[in-house]
Amino acid sequence: MLSETTRAKILELIQKYPHKRTALIPVLYVVQAELGHISEPAMTAVGELFGLSPAEVKEVVTFYTMFYRAPVGKHVLQVCTNISCMLCRAEEILDYLKTKLGIAVGETTPDGKFTLLEVECMGACEAAPAMQDNYDYHFHMTKEKIDRLLEILR
Amino acid sequence: MLERVLTKNWEKTNSHKIETYMAGGGYEALRQVLTGGFTPEQVIEEVKKSNLRGRGGAGFPTGVKWSFVPKDPSKPKYMVVNADESEPGTFKDRYILERDPHMLIEGLIIGSYAIGAKTCFIYVRGEYYHPAQVVEAALAEAYRQGFLGNNLLGSGYSLEVFLIRGAGAYICGEETALLESLEGKKGWPRLKPPFPAVVGLYKCPTVINNVETLANIPHIIRRGGQWYAGLGPPKNGGTRLFALSGHVNRPGVYELPLGITLREMIYDHAGGIRDGKVIKAVIPGGSSAPVLTAAEIDVKMDHESVAAIGSMLGSGAVIIMDETTCMVKALARITKFYAHESCGQCTPCREGTGWMLKILRRILQGEGHADDPDHLLAIQGNIQGMTICPLGDAAALPVQSFVTKFRQEFDYHCVHKRCDIESACAVPA
Ligand SMILES: Cc1cc2nc3c(=O)[nH]c(=O)nc-3n(C[C@H](O)[C@H](O)[C@H](O)COP(=O)(O)O)c2cc1C
Ligand code: SF4
Ligand code: FES
Repeated sequence: MLSETTRAKILELIQKYPHKRTALIPVLYVVQAELGHISEPAMTAVGELFGLSPAEVKEVVTFYTMFYRAPVGKHVLQVCTNISCMLCRAEEILDYLKTKLGIAVGETTPDGKFTLLEVECMGACEAAPAMQDNYDYHFHMTKEKIDRLLEILR
Repeated sequence: MLERVLTKNWEKTNSHKIETYMAGGGYEALRQVLTGGFTPEQVIEEVKKSNLRGRGGAGFPTGVKWSFVPKDPSKPKYMVVNADESEPGTFKDRYILERDPHMLIEGLIIGSYAIGAKTCFIYVRGEYYHPAQVVEAALAEAYRQGFLGNNLLGSGYSLEVFLIRGAGAYICGEETALLESLEGKKGWPRLKPPFPAVVGLYKCPTVINNVETLANIPHIIRRGGQWYAGLGPPKNGGTRLFALSGHVNRPGVYELPLGITLREMIYDHAGGIRDGKVIKAVIPGGSSAPVLTAAEIDVKMDHESVAAIGSMLGSGAVIIMDETTCMVKALARITKFYAHESCGQCTPCREGTGWMLKILRRILQGEGHADDPDHLLAIQGNIQGMTICPLGDAAALPVQSFVTKFRQEFDYHCVHKRCDIESACAVPA
């Protein structure tokens, strides 16, 4: 299920650190980069490489919010609603995105373009309300900025 | 003029490049240590003299922490950089990672040398993908210059550094959860003792330090512990990066001497409260720190002074709230965070955070009972001190302080079934 290049990358990571298992999280990132999410068969495959049971891998995958267990959209839009963003009206940003995309938090648009998530503080509180599109941070969000962003990403 | 130590390069073009850093005297401290005959003990002594205290939250004296590492050469030792930065309100380490990664790298090399570590890990929160790439590039530059790798500057000392990204879990900022995560496991904090200085990563002696803590080290070596200690009040050496957010005109990172008052910080540096509004409350050290009222903002921002009025300096994240803020709603959002981030290992934390959130939500929804504020106080009291890691206390302290200091707002909600503040407070989902 994993491509040759991905396998090669994984084998390299497994050699890299003083202890093999330290590579588990880096490897899960590599798997997610290829498959878009980490499926149960992928967990089994990773487990075999590490000598871990599927359950042991699953325990790690499910603990971390940045590992997705089901497919997500091309752009995962993550709106921070934690305290500093909340003080700067983050809810309005989230509500506007819900309406504009016609989906609830946790859902993906039917065209597979966008997934909407509500997230905890992302370390950009000086630029509240802040959000992420995949790994890109967007600062001082307004409705106008959302309009523009979605235009670019579509 | 306030002395700028940590932020001195931030406005330079290409401040993240090694040439820029070296042009400003960067890596001279490392050279001094490795080729100037500094022993590890001397480095530790200098850091002790500086009164540098950890910038990650607990404020533990850094030199003392380093001296706990056993000298016994039979086990490898590890240096771990905590770049998880997930305490709500905190964003200062991101600036160091993005704008001056070499200041951190020079600090971590000197720190690793002092404790006898040959391997160092930098654990960066998963969301900081771009900052992590800046650090990776800086590490490559340092390797090329011979500041990392084998036989550094011909000293016989070798050091390898790995950067590992977390994957979204606040608890992995707690040092022992971080170690579990580095071992490829879920981030469940460990019982202490044993402390990581003795039994840490892979059961070996390990020092965990915050990004900002380590960025101070080159300056302490170059200019002396005494100079550094003199920048702040007694027992609080140096300047500090304060991250200001919320209802101020100019939120951002400010490098200020420890001991400056909250009032000066907010009004002289951050431009005061937005839209001419009146200040209502301040959280002085990240969301875990007990809230202060407007009447308390003349407090000096050093560890002892803030502790004396029942709060803490924590991560240096200052969250400012104006008169339009509903304190019930603010507390509900903070509590939602802790309920979400509890690792679930201890019953008081796992269950207690959920119960407190449930009660706060019902108060916001106009379904609060008159005795709900007392319930909240009782529950938080049963969490404090009863858990494996400090996240339990971090969840309890905001509840205790918000409900106690703003009791009339909680009571008003419970009795009148609505907010007494104009801005309607909706329920956080
Ligand atoms: C729940 C929790 C989260 C924490 N998050 C962080 C963090 O994101 N960054 C950090 O440096 N320290 C964090 N800490 C503090 C660390 O456990 C540890 O004390 C610190 O990294 C030590 O470094 P220092 O002595 O240089 O401050 C956290 C502590 C707790 C209890
Ligand atoms: S206090 Fe909470 S977060 Fe810490 S170990 Fe216990 S359950 Fe986990
Ligand atoms: S509270 Fe939103 S980025 Fe920190």
